[in-house]
Amino acid sequence: MNMDQALQTLIVESRELLQDMEDGLLRIEGEADQSESVNAIFRAAHTIKGSAGLFGLDDIVAFTHVLESVLDKVRGGKLAIGSDLVALFLLCGDHMATLVNYVESGSASLSEDERLAGSALVEKLSLHLDVRQSAAPQQSAVAPPSEPRVETSAGGLVNNDNWHISLRFGRNVLRNGMDPLSFFRYLGTLGEIVRITTISDAMPPAAEMDAESCYLGYEINFKSAADKAAIEGVFEFVRDDCDIHILPPHSRVADFVEMIRDLPEEDLRLGEILVRCGTLTRHELEIVLEIQAQEDARAENTSGEHQKHLGEIAVEQGMVQPEVVEAALEKQKQIKDTKAKQQQLVRVDAEKLDLLINLIGELVIAGAGVNILAQRSGQPALLESVSTLGRLVEEVRDSALNLRMVQIGDTFNRFQRVVRDVSKDLGKDVALLISGAETELDKMVVEKIGDPLTHLVRNSMDHGIENAELRAQRGKPAKGTVRLNAYHESGSIVIEVSDDGGGLNRERILAKAIEKGIVAPNHALSEQEVFRLIFEAGFSTADKVSNISGRGVGMDVVRRNIEALRGNIEIESQYTVGTTIRIRLPLTLAIIDGFLVGVGDSSFVIPLDMVVECVEMSEQDRQALKERNYVNLRNEVLPFIRLRDLFETGGEAQRRENIVVVQYAGHKAGLVVDGLLGEFQTVIKPLGSIFQHLQGIGGSTILGSGEVALILDVPSLVQQVVNFETRAQSANRATASVK
Amino acid sequence: MNDTPDCQFRVDGEMTIYTAADMKARLMPLLAQCPKLEIDLSQVSEMDSAGLQLLILAKRACADRNGSLHLVGHSPAVLEVLDMCNMTPFFGDPVVISSQTH
Repeated sequence: MNMDQALQTLIVESRELLQDMEDGLLRIEGEADQSESVNAIFRAAHTIKGSAGLFGLDDIVAFTHVLESVLDKVRGGKLAIGSDLVALFLLCGDHMATLVNYVESGSASLSEDERLAGSALVEKLSLHLDVRQSAAPQQSAVAPPSEPRVETSAGGLVNNDNWHISLRFGRNVLRNGMDPLSFFRYLGTLGEIVRITTISDAMPPAAEMDAESCYLGYEINFKSAADKAAIEGVFEFVRDDCDIHILPPHSRVADFVEMIRDLPEEDLRLGEILVRCGTLTRHELEIVLEIQAQEDARAENTSGEHQKHLGEIAVEQGMVQPEVVEAALEKQKQIKDTKAKQQQLVRVDAEKLDLLINLIGELVIAGAGVNILAQRSGQPALLESVSTLGRLVEEVRDSALNLRMVQIGDTFNRFQRVVRDVSKDLGKDVALLISGAETELDKMVVEKIGDPLTHLVRNSMDHGIENAELRAQRGKPAKGTVRLNAYHESGSIVIEVSDDGGGLNRERILAKAIEKGIVAPNHALSEQEVFRLIFEAGFSTADKVSNISGRGVGMDVVRRNIEALRGNIEIESQYTVGTTIRIRLPLTLAIIDGFLVGVGDSSFVIPLDMVVECVEMSEQDRQALKERNYVNLRNEVLPFIRLRDLFETGGEAQRRENIVVVQYAGHKAGLVVDGLLGEFQTVIKPLGSIFQHLQGIGGSTILGSGEVALILDVPSLVQQVVNFETRAQSANRATASVK
Repeated sequence: MNDTPDCQFRVDGEMTIYTAADMKARLMPLLAQCPKLEIDLSQVSEMDSAGLQLLILAKRACADRNGSLHLVGHSPAVLEVLDMCNMTPFFGDPVVISSQTH
């Protein structure tokens, strides 16, 4: 196996685990029953430590070990988890993330500052442990308290000085990369395997035997001074894949009764093996089997009685500490959880996914070509076949695109931490509300939206939410609210960042803009236009610059990032009430359902999501159009664009023209075209960089006939129309005021 | 006792999870046709539990046909595994007893 690949996986998984840990820590303060979150946090730290150990990443192991010890105390109920401890753990998580980063970059060691920070954290953690820990983990096994020897063993304790380990490996152990033999070798470092018996009962006949499955079990008599935890630790990584029973020296006879009952093989046979192992004397075996038989008889007689859980019986008979039982139950749940998770997720290389989507794009185009030929041939059987094919291609396309979709909830949840940290820094009490977390969007978009959103959230908290005094004055609750919301709307995904803060002060923004020379003094601007000034580079109305914002750098970058994703931003705000920033992004970046229209000799594609309806242009309309630049659509004013004019396609206007009504962001517009050529789906091929600033065109595609059709950038067209309208209105207002 | 095997099979290289499926496929016809089988383990470079399982499988299959399985030429890798799992008695073949104690 490629070590680099394995290390990469470790890094990715560690980061996921650190995220899980952080999520758990942020959740925990608000929870009544913290046990599950505590377990999740512990598991995350524990797994990271284990994996890091495999790769010999001693720094991580050492640090995580201390953290794990404290977490263990919390888990055991010996330490309560309050906000101080949460803060400390969060910092520890950050430090571990730094360590993981160093592993990734391959650099040798931390900087002096980071090392000091790490030691400081270890010191703080150690305060919670009764014993002062050094930074290095304790590798050696702890000697167990010496137990009194028992002379007799009748019905009480067995004479055996050694541990008895019973293993039944699961079918997938070998496939999962583990080998029972390596466990025995490791076990050998903790003590001496006195006797081992291999049990191959589970192996099926040759025909059914799967050479890569594991059918082996073992009974081991093991002499060691290690404690139970250390011995269990040997089988750490195979816990999920193996039935393990570990019976300490001088266990109760009852322990063996239970174990034998648990194991699949026949009782007598097991008994024999235990005797041969030296774990039980023959006399002890007889006792065990007798008790077993008695209990079986009792169970049959009281069949109505609720079968006690193994754990309950165990604790009842004083065999096992309650903590051990809890650990076992937790392990069971963990097994179920991890099994469930394993079934749900498959790790896929992003490049492979892109390749797949690309190929499907080509498939779509090829399918369109086949469709045309089939249409031409007119053969009904062929047409039907091609139609089926088309439908399947569509389904494959949708499924493939779906693979790239992730829920935005994960990104949103990360902001809990941001809000928490920033509220501390600013001394403001702010809560984060999240809705629409299940809304899905393309993975790449999710990754790129993180930074802009962070900036917007920080802005809301810094400039939006007022300080407690001002909020009280305004009759608002002391706790400010920032809200993240996401939903789908006509082919786009909308993400909103809202706050119930002070809102945008229109006058102040305008004044500042004039002051900075961004806007001419008597230029009439609509409210939207004034608000959009905050995206200008260098613009800020902040009185003082905090280390979060105020320098006037952020919003400009935010806008550019959004535009790079072919999205747009709008602002809704009411002074003293609050602000909502709405980001609109396209749902898919690769394949679209389009509506083909003809203008002159050219074809254009309009994204189907944005098409509302098609209307034939009546003679009346055409006449009217010559005078005014809007169409009356069922008594609704519809601004329009003549594509022929816009793209200067040339030629005379045809007799029959049609209007395609499109909508975007709540605005409607009509696109006047010649012919309506129907729906079809296609791949968006980006235009070359020369055409980047072309207004109104968002890409190109290849038709089934082999011709090129340009894809209209409806948002920008609609924006043009809207701008035109607002300008016309302001011009009217200006002339009116002059009059 | 007639000890001449019906067939001989030699393992070359690894006898591990990576070669297990392949090796089983090659063994199956032999197990079907040759109740008395001899497996030469002198060239076994490495063995893991999957390899061990195959040997157990072969032993069983031969026994089911009233035949026998003989393992010969145990390489050090094989000896280590058989020793560790205490399987030498199971197979019953004469081996050089390792000088290492458990």
